[in-house]
Amino acid sequence: MTHSSFTRRQALAGAAGLGVTIELLATNTLADTPAARRKFIAIVCRGGLDGLSLSPPVGDPDYAALRGPIAIAPFGAPNGALRLDGTFGLHPSLPKVHALALAGQARIAPAIATPDRERSHFEAQDVLESGAGHVYATSSGWLNRALESMGPQVKAMSVGPTAPLILRGKIEAASWSPSGMAERDHRLPGILQDLYARDPLLGPALAEGLATQTMARTAMADAAQTSAAMSPPPAPAMQAATNTPYQPPRAGGLDQARKIGATLAGFMVQPGGVQVAAVSIDNFDTHANQGAGEGLLATRLTYVDAFLDGLHVGLGPSWKDSVVVMATEFGRTARVNGTKGTDHGTASTAVVLGGALKPGGIIGDWPTLQQARLFENRDTNPTLDMRGLFKGLLRDHMGVSRAALDTAIFPDSQGVAPVTGLVA
Amino acid sequence: MTLDLNASIAVTRFGLGARPGEIERAKADPRGYLLSQITPKGAAPARPGAPDSATRLADLRAFQQLRKTARMEGDLKSDPVRMAQMGLREDVEGDFLARARLGAGTDAGFTERWANFWANHFTVSAVKEVTAPLVGPFEEEAIRPHVFGRFEDMLVASSQHPAMLLYLDQAQSVGPDSFLAQRAAKNGGHPGLNENLAREIMELHTVGVDAGYSQADVTEFAKAMTGWSVGRADHPEEPQGFMFRPYAHEPGARAIMGRRYAEDGEGQARAVLADLASSPHTARHLAVKIGRHFVSDEPPARLTDRLTRAYLDGGGRLDRVAQALVAAPEAWSLQPTKFKTPYEFLVSSWRAADSLPEDAGPLSRTLAELGQKPFSAPSPKGWPEEAQVWCAPDAIIKRMAWSEAFAAQAAGQRDPTVLAQNALGARLSTSAATAIARAETRPEGLSILLMSPEFQRR
Repeated sequence: MTHSSFTRRQALAGAAGLGVTIELLATNTLADTPAARRKFIAIVCRGGLDGLSLSPPVGDPDYAALRGPIAIAPFGAPNGALRLDGTFGLHPSLPKVHALALAGQARIAPAIATPDRERSHFEAQDVLESGAGHVYATSSGWLNRALESMGPQVKAMSVGPTAPLILRGKIEAASWSPSGMAERDHRLPGILQDLYARDPLLGPALAEGLATQTMARTAMADAAQTSAAMSPPPAPAMQAATNTPYQPPRAGGLDQARKIGATLAGFMVQPGGVQVAAVSIDNFDTHANQGAGEGLLATRLTYVDAFLDGLHVGLGPSWKDSVVVMATEFGRTARVNGTKGTDHGTASTAVVLGGALKPGGIIGDWPTLQQARLFENRDTNPTLDMRGLFKGLLRDHMGVSRAALDTAIFPDSQGVAPVTGLVA
Repeated sequence: MTLDLNASIAVTRFGLGARPGEIERAKADPRGYLLSQITPKGAAPARPGAPDSATRLADLRAFQQLRKTARMEGDLKSDPVRMAQMGLREDVEGDFLARARLGAGTDAGFTERWANFWANHFTVSAVKEVTAPLVGPFEEEAIRPHVFGRFEDMLVASSQHPAMLLYLDQAQSVGPDSFLAQRAAKNGGHPGLNENLAREIMELHTVGVDAGYSQADVTEFAKAMTGWSVGRADHPEEPQGFMFRPYAHEPGARAIMGRRYAEDGEGQARAVLADLASSPHTARHLAVKIGRHFVSDEPPARLTDRLTRAYLDGGGRLDRVAQALVAAPEAWSLQPTKFKTPYEFLVSSWRAADSLPEDAGPLSRTLAELGQKPFSAPSPKGWPEEAQVWCAPDAIIKRMAWSEAFAAQAAGQRDPTVLAQNALGARLSTSAATAIARAETRPEGLSILLMSPEFQRR
């Protein structure tokens, strides 16, 4: 299945088939004003997405040496970075994002961070999503508080089985979870298989249970296939009951990612539909064997690319009114660690996409990877406060006032200026 | 270090799992922490002020009458019938939710586990329409007040409770030579003996199946019990609960397990229960079951001996048995071998997260999915103890799914590494601690804690 076979109607039909209940057809008096057409989508990548792989600075003279076996190859090399400018490229698993970048519809902020410097997933995600200056300062999300400023006509939705903090708060937001999404994205079965490795009771029980689950999924997928010719032979699922480590099912994963993006777009394109959305993508904590042009992280980025492609195609003519921002709680160490991975770091890359963007180069300054410039001699040095990026997008694209941004939405952030000139 | 580990064992194996700070409180004196929970008051009621069994029985019978009328009028779906049915169901769900909330919130985890054990020992299952509204009151009235008193008192309370009398069909058992049977025979009726309760008292509640009794002993005991019954629905002068029907009682002396019991009306079966309660077979049967619940699916023989002796030396006093269990070195083995039942798993999860179950519906559905539908043990034998039963592949997948859903709600802004330390103390393994510390999100960390091998066991 290619992405072009996705139309808005199919996406909505797909959503209906997935048991979505959301009132989209409510009366909307502002349905066709320019303000009512604008869309804003925030994607939280959890686990600490490695900015130096997402947008590798292959032109930075220190990059290859710091990264060793996990360095993304230079422009033009097999599986090499996809060129953005003389310094930066995109990971080779992001061809769709790259195409958008070449059209001036995707930009990177390569040295961005929240105000948190603790390198704890939990605290850093809290700060990223709450919009506060430090952890535990507030229990609602900045996107929800921004909705308060936008007015009651703006509908919001989160994608995923649980509402992410970024969209929790006073304003009621819808949520939608494609069936199967949680299963594929979550890491728990793999973690538990490791923990149960020497457990004579739990180990075999979990392996057997997962194998059955896989079989059931395969069986259901087979049953759903209308064209037998397209159906691959069923996977030998029982093998999983032996000693094979748990692998999240891959077959159809990209189609699924694209479908999730297209379905979200389907919620957003119709008059009176969702204008603001939040999406979580997990599993970026690449401590070991993260890979370079291929491997663990590449697989996750392929998923991201497919999701964004589905969203882009699904939004259709609405793409020109849309802004997508994708951020992570922190970056990772500049140096490869002893297990061909990277540990918790500080600055990372945020990606901004959308037809509403003004073309331009990187957002913020590049501190370089010179040893003296690394944060605490280990991480990419943050040169841009994440809140400034969010503020600029909310102000210039969604019309949120500076006063609200400085106080209610990002508390006590008068000193953090909105990034200007992002939106056409 | 030993004290630390013993504190963890006290709270998680003897108790229902640690609430934040509980292991810390037990550290100074783990055994004393448990002994202080053994009080003559027994176990706290789960739902104080709830309607008692007499009220429930009256409500149920009113519903049945209503339904009968509606059926004759061909209008079974009438509002009054539906309302009455809903009311009954809400009573039962409320009972179970109250019990789960007590388990999740109590400071006396050992007392509550001890009470849960005895409620399962004297199982009344909600599988019958008539027993469902009575299971909760049964626990409150027949079990909880007696858990640290004399076993005989609990045995009598159980055997005379309408829930048990109706569950195991004793209420309609009639002696073949009783006045009632003879009168009925003239009218063409054949009421007779039902030995269900008598058999289960011997096999499950007291001496155990290998005590050497015969079918004749069961029949004789069943005859002695005839007349132990429950007031009828259409007789307002009769109690909504236990009553003795002299006309249904089989006249004459009985011989049971080598002893002779003179005719004494209601007192005849009462005398049998007293002898059953003081039998060494009963002492051993209970000792094995207690060891199997608290320590191991295969309880060590020395533990069984200790508990048997405590029971016999203490004249069947259960506080003595509980004290002996706490004192027994075998009960403090470092290796946890007991695999939590679904109910224990959920209760300990709420305790670990310092939360309480809020809704009866989801709770009931979850437990049903995990194989332990509330108040619905599969047989009078109660819920099984063995790890193999509960550790089925599908059950583990479902526990995992529940853990994730629960953690997503419960994790909040709390640090899962701290929750893990609070929940398991010195029992937390390095590998689980590392996996929790490496979690990407707080909910993931909490899920790993709940699914860790040491949390699944006690």
